[in-house]
Amino acid sequence: MDFTQIVNAFPSLGDGLLLTLELTVLAVIGGVVIGTLLALARLSNSRVLSWLAGFYVNYFRSIPLLLVITWFYFVVPFMVGWVTGTNQPIGAFTSCLIAFMMFEAAYFCEIVRAGIQSISKGQVNAAYALGMTYGQAMRLVVLPLAFRKMTPLLLQQSIILFQDTSLVYAVGLMDFLNVARSQGDITGELHTFLLFAGLVYFVISFGASTLVKRLQKRLTV
Amino acid sequence: MISIQNVSKWYGDFQVLSDCSTEVQKGEVVVVCGPSGSGKSTLIKCVNGLEPFQAGTIVVDGTSVGSPKTDLPKLRSRVGMVFQHFELFPHLSITENLTLAQRKVLGRKDDEARRKGLALLDRVGLSAHAAKFPGQLSGGQQQRVAIARALAMDPIAMLFDEPTSALDPEMINEVLDVMVELAREGMTMMVVTHEMGFARKVANRVIFMDRGAIVEDADKDEFFGSPRSERAQAFLSKILSH
Amino acid sequence: MNYNWDWSVFFKSTGIGSEIYLDWFITGLGWTVALSLSSWVIALLLGTVLGVMRTLPGRFAARFATVYVELFRNVPLLVQLFVWYFLVPDWLPEKLELWFKQDLHPATSAFISVTVCLGLFTAARVCEQVRTGIQALPRGQAMAAYALGLRLPQVYRKVLLPQAFRIIIPPLTSEFLNVFKNSSVASLIGLMELLAQTKQTAEFTANLFEAFTLATVIYFVLNMALMLIMRGVEKRVRVPGLIALGGK
Repeated sequence: MDFTQIVNAFPSLGDGLLLTLELTVLAVIGGVVIGTLLALARLSNSRVLSWLAGFYVNYFRSIPLLLVITWFYFVVPFMVGWVTGTNQPIGAFTSCLIAFMMFEAAYFCEIVRAGIQSISKGQVNAAYALGMTYGQAMRLVVLPLAFRKMTPLLLQQSIILFQDTSLVYAVGLMDFLNVARSQGDITGELHTFLLFAGLVYFVISFGASTLVKRLQKRLTV
Repeated sequence: MISIQNVSKWYGDFQVLSDCSTEVQKGEVVVVCGPSGSGKSTLIKCVNGLEPFQAGTIVVDGTSVGSPKTDLPKLRSRVGMVFQHFELFPHLSITENLTLAQRKVLGRKDDEARRKGLALLDRVGLSAHAAKFPGQLSGGQQQRVAIARALAMDPIAMLFDEPTSALDPEMINEVLDVMVELAREGMTMMVVTHEMGFARKVANRVIFMDRGAIVEDADKDEFFGSPRSERAQAFLSKILSH
Repeated sequence: MNYNWDWSVFFKSTGIGSEIYLDWFITGLGWTVALSLSSWVIALLLGTVLGVMRTLPGRFAARFATVYVELFRNVPLLVQLFVWYFLVPDWLPEKLELWFKQDLHPATSAFISVTVCLGLFTAARVCEQVRTGIQALPRGQAMAAYALGLRLPQVYRKVLLPQAFRIIIPPLTSEFLNVFKNSSVASLIGLMELLAQTKQTAEFTANLFEAFTLATVIYFVLNMALMLIMRGVEKRVRVPGLIALGGK
């Protein structure tokens, strides 16, 4: 194994890692926002809203992420074309980001929903008793409490998402894994590069989940 | 039959048993009592090696429990044990609960094990429930089945670990009746219990434990008549006052 | 909207023999099911062994299983697949390596790689479920089994595992469904399973909406069907009188 090749490839590997992290962070933010809205819809009194949100969640949870990534890669440019009336190509990064946000939103929704349901009815009633509206009670009391409780679960799901971003290989986006693979091909050191990539993913995921576990312990005490 | 010599046990720094010694002769019924946390359940679990101990020796029918050479499963198959929470296997029917160990441990044939199990089930008055599952029986009924399950192995001695303390009051007697009968038949028994009525009726000896140590080990009449230690006196007055 | 919907596309000839596009989807589904079931068998067997190891009193077995779980859980599935597909064959003894690379049909060698990869990947998850199930049982159950003279393998086989599995059917079901979804990574090393066939149809016909819609519907229906089957299994093994296990 020739580790000097890896050192030489540091700049491009760094770019790849940056893309991976960027995708992860943006997808987590988008996913949590959409997921929270979905959770509110699922728990709302409106039958229609609740059913639609439920269908959305079941739908995305029953198909592979890779299918969503591939489909969106083909389809999103079409959609954008219809909306804007032009035929502008949009990049793989944008289509992947949208795919991740929408897909992960289904998973985040379930976490947020469980979090909201774990808040006691007494808290909600206390908020109403103070004269708050539904929106205020949610925004000021229920959601802050729920988010504190479910932070560890949201972070765990984010770590899974971080690993899943490697699937953008399917549409040729140069994320960390794809850079490592192509550098491996170029230098003829595929073994070294793939094992190195695995090691980096392992260190980041393992480190992050160890931190999350520690956080979880602190929150439960 | 059961000889316990200088047994000590620690959980980390905490000593749960300190220098316990006693003997149970063949045919003898020995009741072990004491406040909760006194180590009595731990001691009885040491007798068939369910809890390891770090010092001392326990010999059951000539076999040393703590020795690494001892075939513990074989020893356990000869000593019956009844637990506080019954511990019937909830996924198996009553009949299967009664026959599992007979078949797998003693190698008895299916119908032989079945006959034996059903006979014992009849003895504890539950033959109508053979096809049911443990979750469908009351606590008292489950504990009677658990006794029958232990007896099905033809044990040389029986260990009871607080057999009635998880039961509703109205079910305690149905279990104690079975145990009294067993004692009268001459079964060697070591019983951890708070049921002093049972002790008065059938025990030969009473052992009082506190903070991991055997404080008093006396004949029944002596124990109830004039306990020597203050702690045993205090315990008895507390437990007998209601 | 200048898109021409044409659902009849699936019945059009692919231009290869008398094949129609629908045949591609059926072939793809066949690969997906074969991959998933064979991976699941590996995952269930290995995962159970590992899960049991994590609950054994011996330090070594428990530690080995823990390391396994952490390793396979913290490296992305695709990286693991690349390792199994590109790297591992090179490490085989020469004869085996040549056989794997040259004698086997490319689809077969890809199939083996994905099956092993997905099986071992999922085993780490199954392991955690099995461990949770066993640890949810009251400690007295194992004690009672030992007290009757049962030996360790009998205690697990007859007493602990049958109960643990009943508890963990719901999470195991979702792992089972995940295997089907995860098997789509096979498309990235050229195995023509359902997703790969979908992509190919989309590219050949330009009817990409129809192709992806059909794929989605197939996955969705498959998911629902498996869920119903597992619910049936759960009902069948339910023990009368048992409401909740692991109360104490």
